Amino acid sequence: MYWNPGAEKTPIKDLREIQERKLKALVHNVYYYSPFYRKKFREAGINPWDIEGLKDLKKLPFTKKPDLRDNYPFGMFAMPLSQIVRFHASSGTTGKPTVVGYTDNDIKVWVESMCRSLTACSVERDDTIQISYGYGLFTGGLGFHYAGEKLGATVLPTSAGNTQRQIELMRDLKSTVFACTPSYMLYLSEYAASIGISIENDTDLRMGIFGAEPWSEETRKRIEDKAGIDAYDVYGTSELSGPLFTECTEKNGIHIWADQFIAEIVDEEGEPVGEGEKGELVVTTIAKEAMPLIRWKTGDITVLEEEKCACGRTHPRIMRIMGRADDMLIVRGVNVFPSQIEHVLMQVPEAGDHYMIILDRAQDGLDVMTIQVEVNEEAFSDKVSDILELSKKISNNLKSVLNVSARVEVVNPGTLQRFEGKAKRVIDNRKL
Amino acid sequence: MDEKIIKQVSIFVENKPGRLAAVTEILYRAKINIRAFTIAEAGDFGIIRMVVDKTDDAHRLLKENGFTVSLTRVLGVEVEDEPGGMFKIAKALGNEGINIEYVYAFTSGVERAMIILRVDDIEKATDVLEKEGVLFKGEVP
Repeated sequence: MYWNPGAEKTPIKDLREIQERKLKALVHNVYYYSPFYRKKFREAGINPWDIEGLKDLKKLPFTKKPDLRDNYPFGMFAMPLSQIVRFHASSGTTGKPTVVGYTDNDIKVWVESMCRSLTACSVERDDTIQISYGYGLFTGGLGFHYAGEKLGATVLPTSAGNTQRQIELMRDLKSTVFACTPSYMLYLSEYAASIGISIENDTDLRMGIFGAEPWSEETRKRIEDKAGIDAYDVYGTSELSGPLFTECTEKNGIHIWADQFIAEIVDEEGEPVGEGEKGELVVTTIAKEAMPLIRWKTGDITVLEEEKCACGRTHPRIMRIMGRADDMLIVRGVNVFPSQIEHVLMQVPEAGDHYMIILDRAQDGLDVMTIQVEVNEEAFSDKVSDILELSKKISNNLKSVLNVSARVEVVNPGTLQRFEGKAKRVIDNRKL
Repeated sequence: MDEKIIKQVSIFVENKPGRLAAVTEILYRAKINIRAFTIAEAGDFGIIRMVVDKTDDAHRLLKENGFTVSLTRVLGVEVEDEPGGMFKIAKALGNEGINIEYVYAFTSGVERAMIILRVDDIEKATDVLEKEGVLFKGEVP
């Protein structure tokens, strides 16, 4: 099944031509209408006329996360505010958020992309999609929501949390498709089992679409075995729109719609890698208006497969995300930068200078983040309550900045590892 | 006044095997004797509180060995080792609105019990207990 067969089966040669035309239009557009890109092009000595085709893509400068923060709120926009119909925002690394604006057409492009993707992984009109991604400033919930409706499916917008109710509604309203993070799906299956409900036998669920955090083939197998469903991977980032691309039923890579986005893979120096080699995914949006991004560095490490897929789609695929190019951590679907944690700790005088971040995946599949911090010697009183209060204070501060909870373990000064050169403060014990 | 107050050594320790041994080995090697001892346990960590015969040496040595140590002013009260001994003290302090933050006790010698107290107002508590006629000990026998 295809949502838009004409577009999805466009010959590769024609897709290249579409990309070429749209790229040339884009560089002219942002040069004239985005103050950010005009400045960036000038600094790089680039004139829009220099970009004659895809071969010149690598001349263009990258766009990175700090660009969004530094130009908050509207510096990256290429459209007047009157044309913006929606904002999404995410919390920034030092408390300063990043914002993405959408025109009416941007929403349409987003919905089109997700409609193609959902259809590719077999979602149909007859399905009931229970969306357990967060709704609101986070793009996950609404990204699925509008595509689900457009598809003619029934949408059940449960948003995140309240597992008991998720399961009740899943049974009562006969959800067939579930969208959430893979770790939440594992948790939900176990929770259901603990209250005597089998997802496989007691619900109509037939498939799930999981993403917002990296996961593996092993996790796919565990979910499929445990819940008796088909599990599909979804990719997207808030800067590019939100959830955009999923696997097709071949389960062999995520299709990137080439008439809307140009995907490249680059190495650590930013040079394009050879065919089939792994590197950082870089995406140029060629169909977005409000906040187009040129060579957006996603930070996600993967491989690009440009061969036509067995499903008949000609659009390239990215393989499973293998890791991050930067130090960003994804904890229960939430992006966390170690610098945010450091920032919180440094504002607590009783906390020492040394800390460690330890990530584990609990039996129930949920991520557990533990922050070990040395207590400041001067701050040590002999009262237990003082130390408990200190860890509670740090824990509350972290929660409010990170939007995800962390266990805080106060330890003796001098016991945490010291580093010469680059500190390795993160121990990730999760088997992804 | 000061001879009535005991300096207690408090040590922050992670709740892990071998930590208590590390602390006590340092004391043993320096021939420091522990007279009163308790651990307050709170999940990941605990606080060792003890009264020793060579307080300043213990404090210095533990610090040199990387422990987080503080000296805390506490009261030592000696009572009859019989029913009501603790009650008498707790009641007297409670009546005066003095809060006991923690307390630990042990019997010493024949028919005497020693109680170590940390209170929120040590000067006032000293007065109150003096009026009660309980004996203060500048150091633990």
